[in-house]
Amino acid sequence: MKVVVAVKRVIDYNVKVRVKSDNSGVETANVKMSMNPFDEIAVEEGVRMREAGVARELIAVSMGPQQSKETIRTALAMGSDRGIHVLHPDALEPLMVAKLMAAIIRKEAPDIVILGKQAIDDDSSQTGQMLAALLGWAQGTFASKLDFEGEFVAVTREIDGGLETIKLKLPAIITTDLRLNTPRYASLPNIMKAKKKPIEETSPGDLGVDVTPRLITVKVVEPAKRQAGVKVENVEELVEKLRNEAKVIS
Amino acid sequence: MQVYKAPLNDMKFLFKDFLYDGGFDIIFQNSDFEFSDLDLILDQAARFCEEELLPINQTGDGEGCSYERGQVITPTGFKEAYEKYVSNGWQSATLDKKYGGSGLPYVLGVFLDEMMSSSNMSFGNFPGLTTNAFAAIEKSASEELKDLYLPKLATGEWSGTMNLTEPQCGTDLGLTRTMALPQDDDSYRITGTKIFITGGEHDLSENIIHLVLAKTPGAPKGIKGISLFLVPKIIPNPDGSLDKNNGVECGSIEDKMGIKASPTCVMRYNDAKGWLVGELHKGMSAMFVMMNGARLMVGVQGLGMTEIAYQSALFYAKDRLQGRHPGGAKHPDKPADPILVHPDVRKNLLKIKSLSEGVRGLIALTAAQVDVARLEKDKLKKQKAEDWVALMTPIIKAYGTDIGSESANLAVQIYGGHGYIKEHGVEQLIRDARIAQLYEGTNGIQALDLVGRKLTQHNGRLLRSFFDLVENYIEENSLNEQLEDFVPLLTESIERLDQVTAFIAAKGLSDPSEGAGPAADYLKMFALTAIAYVWTRYADISYKKQNDDPKGFYKAKIESGKFYMSKLLPETGYLMASIISGAKSYTDYDDVNFETGFQL
Ligand SMILES: Cc1cc2nc3c(=O)[nH]c(=O)nc-3n(C[C@H](O)[C@H](O)[C@H](O)COP(=O)(O)OP(=O)(O)OC[C@H]3O[C@@H](n4cnc5c(N)ncnc54)[C@H](O)[C@@H]3O)c2cc1C
Repeated sequence: MKVVVAVKRVIDYNVKVRVKSDNSGVETANVKMSMNPFDEIAVEEGVRMREAGVARELIAVSMGPQQSKETIRTALAMGSDRGIHVLHPDALEPLMVAKLMAAIIRKEAPDIVILGKQAIDDDSSQTGQMLAALLGWAQGTFASKLDFEGEFVAVTREIDGGLETIKLKLPAIITTDLRLNTPRYASLPNIMKAKKKPIEETSPGDLGVDVTPRLITVKVVEPAKRQAGVKVENVEELVEKLRNEAKVIS
Repeated sequence: MQVYKAPLNDMKFLFKDFLYDGGFDIIFQNSDFEFSDLDLILDQAARFCEEELLPINQTGDGEGCSYERGQVITPTGFKEAYEKYVSNGWQSATLDKKYGGSGLPYVLGVFLDEMMSSSNMSFGNFPGLTTNAFAAIEKSASEELKDLYLPKLATGEWSGTMNLTEPQCGTDLGLTRTMALPQDDDSYRITGTKIFITGGEHDLSENIIHLVLAKTPGAPKGIKGISLFLVPKIIPNPDGSLDKNNGVECGSIEDKMGIKASPTCVMRYNDAKGWLVGELHKGMSAMFVMMNGARLMVGVQGLGMTEIAYQSALFYAKDRLQGRHPGGAKHPDKPADPILVHPDVRKNLLKIKSLSEGVRGLIALTAAQVDVARLEKDKLKKQKAEDWVALMTPIIKAYGTDIGSESANLAVQIYGGHGYIKEHGVEQLIRDARIAQLYEGTNGIQALDLVGRKLTQHNGRLLRSFFDLVENYIEENSLNEQLEDFVPLLTESIERLDQVTAFIAAKGLSDPSEGAGPAADYLKMFALTAIAYVWTRYADISYKKQNDDPKGFYKAKIESGKFYMSKLLPETGYLMASIISGAKSYTDYDDVNFETGFQL
């Protein structure tokens, strides 16, 4: 099987994100960037399939500025075979990412594509679904377990009510949830090997995809600060405040 | 709270700005390591230390190691962390590729050691000793021993120890009693008791390789009669599989002040099979390969402690609200200002910060010279590098660990009473940091090594490796106005050091006590001056990069450097005054005077 995983370079999950002073977005200059944690899970799953002999080739794809190559390199150091970098300096909307992915997938013809269920920067949670629609492929989102049986994959999904298992015919799109696996660290020997693995560079133009933004960001603001609490003197006051200030009882 | 993020910005600065321009091209030319590998390696190592080792630091301290009938059990999580550590290839990072290592530069390994020491000093002792045992075997043992033992040490399947200390023999190794009897098959039978053996027994690796100092029958008395032996816990077959238990047993482990997750073992050798490493009666020089590496590593432990003490203290100083800034409230919206506003707290924080960054640079320079000494073909350049390393090793060991302890103490001071409470984890730093001033030769012994051996070796040639470098640098930069807060103060301190060196050399020649007496003060003066050189170079680089400084990194370097030069370096003046007033006031102090204050 041939596997494609998508990896996005995002603000490191440890960083306390700040809104830009002009409210146009969040501060990304000079902040630590890392691979989107859900994408790490995608890579790990691919590497495990590779190790189990289920997969024959694992390709890591990233879209973004020059530095996205570092993210691909991390995926290579974790065990991917090669990388594809769609060079684009500006932010890409989920639909554009899905279209670019679709173009790559038509070329590479993988049996399975694994993406994170969302990227922790914009939390869109749309790309995988859009990609499945564009390709007309089956999709298994929020996966916490994958079992391959011939030309099918059984996907255990995390849904509101608990777990759901669905059977998809390959080729299919998978998006990862937190419990699918625990990603490994890149080992030192693999870091050293990673630089010998090829990274192919391409662009939206090469892939024939128009990535002009369709969405307009009006304003980005910090979440409202939590108000300090007040101490009430007695039960009557509490009831009064619940009724008239909080308006939660009548 | 123990707070630690690996100081990656600083480490990358050292590589990309400080060393890269410093004539260390050979490091980057002669190995598989490429510049572009640096970020990924440091990032992954940092993640491992922050996510795997830091979380088991405080719990490991609370739980400690336990001993049961010869077996030592490490605290919860240590075995899993060790397995990840070795399977991710960190054990073999800097080791020779011939034996399965990755052949990374030594200087990069030092940064990895620092992260490990900050996040979990106890844990770091296990792989650290293996690395140093590897070096000693690689340097001195026979090819057969090397082929059998080194690959397994490189993977971490087997670990290493060093066995010098005995009950009656600590600093003075000439008092060694452990005996080695030669056998017909080229091996020896080792019998004796060693104490304080770090990692002498544990459950992390399947075999433990002890390097043991012992005497053979009829050997010369004292230090000249000592030989070094390799004694495995389990004797391997020639193919590396494990055969049968050797006559080695852990009798007990010590209940001690700190590094509680690092077992300190009493080791009993009872007719244990061992093999000679290096030549007969040349055990000290064979062991010194291990000790020199270990001394640098222990200095790095001190640096690691300094860094985590700093970050933990800074975290608290920003968070804790008490009192107001002396010039009026800085945060009138809050019930009190964070204690970071108080001048005394700021000064203590900056003291730790500027020492941490300064010592890191000195260690980086020295570790890079270890690489140069290893790689360089040119005899003279190689010798220069070796001279530098030999000179700086006692300085880094002693001063690095002194500031580790001092910084941990200052961190507790910044926490106030809360620092004394275990929950916050900073009192552990004091207890852990303390050992580094003692083992691998006490810091007093390091000072004697500097004054008694390193100063005099080859008629002072070692000193030239330092003085020439600094004096040339000063000469080149004497007109550099940008460095006016640096170069004049560096000049003053190197002149002081020069004078004091001459004074000690002259006085010590006629009266050895006059050399030994001020040795520790002298070592400190040397360290302060060497760090002043590092800070001057940092400032030099930083002024040049000022215009491309989005993170304010270089600006901060210049400001921290000014603090160091004007607030910490002046101690050389006091030290000089103390040294040149001579040692008589204590060397000639009548022994009975020590006891006049009380009745025995
Ligand atoms: C936790 C721990 C781990 C250790 N791990 C190991 C290990 O793995 N392997 C190993 O072999 N050893 C190990 N040691 C032993 C350690 O290296 C020794 O404790 C140390 O070298 C000092 O020896 P000592 O304790 O006998 O002190 P002593 O030699 O008795 O020294 C006592 C004091 O006298 C001073 N002194 C002694 N001789 C002189 C002199 N000639 N001139 C000036 N001052 C002098 C010393 O500086 C010190 O202040 C460990 C010790 C501890 C506590």
